[in-house]
Amino acid sequence: MHPKERRLILQHADTPGYDTSIECYIKHGGYVEQRKAYQMKPEEICQEVLDSGVRGRGGAGFPAGMKWKFLDRRSGKPIYLICNADESEPGTFKDRQIMHKDPHQLIEGMMITAYAIQAKLAFIYIREEMPYAAKILRKAIEDARAANLLGENVLGSGYSCDIIVHRGAAAYICGEETGLIESLEGKRAYPRIKPPYFPAALGLYQCPTIVNNVETLCNVKHIVAMGGKEYAKIGTPGNTGTRIWCLSGHVRNPGYFEIECGKVTYGQLIHELGGGLRPGRKLQALIPGGSSSKVLRGDERFKGKLRDGTPYDWSIEDIPLDFDSPMTVGSMSGSGAVVVVDDSVNIVDVLANINEFYAHESCGQCTPCREGSLWMKKITRRMANGGARVEDVDLLASIGDQIAGRTICAHGEACAWPTQSFVAKFRNEFVAKANETPDERAKREFRLV
Amino acid sequence: MSTQVKMSIQLKDETLREIEAVIPRYPQSRSALMPILHAVQADLGHIPLEAQEWVADKLGLTPIQVREVVTFYPYYREHPIGKRYIRVCRTLSCALNGAYKICDHFKREFDTDLNVISPDGRVTVEFAECLASCGTAPVAMVDDDLYENLTEEKVVEICNRIKQETPSSTQE
Ligand SMILES: Cc1cc2nc3c(=O)[nH]c(=O)nc-3n(C[C@H](O)[C@H](O)[C@H](O)COP(=O)(O)O)c2cc1C
Ligand code: SF4
Ligand code: FES
Repeated sequence: MHPKERRLILQHADTPGYDTSIECYIKHGGYVEQRKAYQMKPEEICQEVLDSGVRGRGGAGFPAGMKWKFLDRRSGKPIYLICNADESEPGTFKDRQIMHKDPHQLIEGMMITAYAIQAKLAFIYIREEMPYAAKILRKAIEDARAANLLGENVLGSGYSCDIIVHRGAAAYICGEETGLIESLEGKRAYPRIKPPYFPAALGLYQCPTIVNNVETLCNVKHIVAMGGKEYAKIGTPGNTGTRIWCLSGHVRNPGYFEIECGKVTYGQLIHELGGGLRPGRKLQALIPGGSSSKVLRGDERFKGKLRDGTPYDWSIEDIPLDFDSPMTVGSMSGSGAVVVVDDSVNIVDVLANINEFYAHESCGQCTPCREGSLWMKKITRRMANGGARVEDVDLLASIGDQIAGRTICAHGEACAWPTQSFVAKFRNEFVAKANETPDERAKREFRLV
Repeated sequence: MSTQVKMSIQLKDETLREIEAVIPRYPQSRSALMPILHAVQADLGHIPLEAQEWVADKLGLTPIQVREVVTFYPYYREHPIGKRYIRVCRTLSCALNGAYKICDHFKREFDTDLNVISPDGRVTVEFAECLASCGTAPVAMVDDDLYENLTEEKVVEICNRIKQETPSSTQE
């Protein structure tokens, strides 16, 4: 563990000898918080989570306690809990660590959450590409059931709830919560339009449903342990708790780092925890929160006033690692995936790589997303392969501008934001691409598309 | 259920048991479609049309309700692939660390192209999108196993092991 880390969720995960068995988890104080929670009233737990200010770790950063408040409890229909373990936003690999190394922490977080929202049944929707994690979780669930920690009449409380592990089939759009729900119903993962299909009102089987990310649900256990108000002291106001950041790309020491929100900057993450760039390389671009977050230019300066009036004047290196600061500079922290791009690659090629992803993953329901993502991919691929024209930059911008806000789900934004931001911030590079020689292309270390 | 769809393809007893067990686990049986398709594909290697009809019958769905799911999700396939399934991540963090070259090495070792069965029948190599292991890029999966921090040497080693473990279809 790096001294700048503060490990809450990954407290034990990398300790030598710590394994995924229930015995090991219990020996390290596991399932104590569940017992404590089951002595509380469900509303009291919801209040603690609200007080904690914990925000969703899956992408949107929406306060979990608030989401739970929106739950339609009057409909008389059963309530469902879904753990979003689809982890597919490019650059993200934090939920993988939790599920492979500390599965019972997730089960405990889920069983507390399920009780708090009075769910009838809970699901873990896990991506297909993590077959071992699915096995580990199933085993953990069996062992927890044998210990009466889930299933019928849990811990003698009179409350019953089971957890079903449901595997995906390699479609990114199943990470979008309403696409996930459709998928769980045995259909194509076509996201539903909101309103009216907010899961908290009309979710799985048209019943009230809470969807939370793996890391979010693990936090619930720690909120119960220390109380919401104590938890809120970790991090900074509005950005509470720790977050697991995933650092990858052109850094010498990529990996995951759990950090108290707002206490470390992107610069420290890249240069101290991540070991910096390769010798002689410069930061060309930074993707601050998963590949759909708007790109930042290596030499950009961000100036303005924070919400409380304090002026800021930041380089990328100065931006605090939390939820709000990346938004302050016009991007987002998304899923916590930080991808570093140095000056060894051509920036158009980087966008071409990203566009391949979104074109592949569009579910195809909305014309702007389906066609737009495909056009953007085709244009940037042609540009990367030597067919760039000066006017491409405006063409790309015009396509990007016609997608966001015109689609059923946020994949529309996710596929448009990279193109819009790359083109806006690297305009000269996109124009210059037309003059790139085959020699220059051949000299590059790697092909990106 | 109602009409018995006959299948010339035989599922293993164990697969049938798994399928019977998974259906009642869900509040609505249609939710069992994906786990059933996983089981069928694990058994047969792919999901042919007649298996889809059988599944539809099992769940009281129309065949198209099954086929639209099979064709929507990249993991499900209607046609056989090589004996081993190699998926090389090509998404950004892996690409920045040489994923496309890594993929070329896999293709070279089996003298094959993307998305087709290799001439020796041993493998199918495909690109995958971000496998959620970007911190150890570049990565690839061989069937269920993840291989990280790949280099040309590691790829050759993995491919040699595959060649030892998996008989070629051409040398009878
Ligand atoms: C295209 C798209 C993909 C998404 N993928 C994921 C994902 O892989 N994992 C995840 O937890 N959330 C993902 N989300 C966010 C979910 O829709 C949802 O907001 C989240 O699971 C809620 O959990 P949280 O509030 O705990 O963050 C995605 C959203 C979109 C629009
Ligand atoms: S925005 Fe894209 S992914 Fe989302 S529903 Fe529309 S077509 Fe599907
Ligand atoms: S980009 Fe390859 S694992 Fe994420």
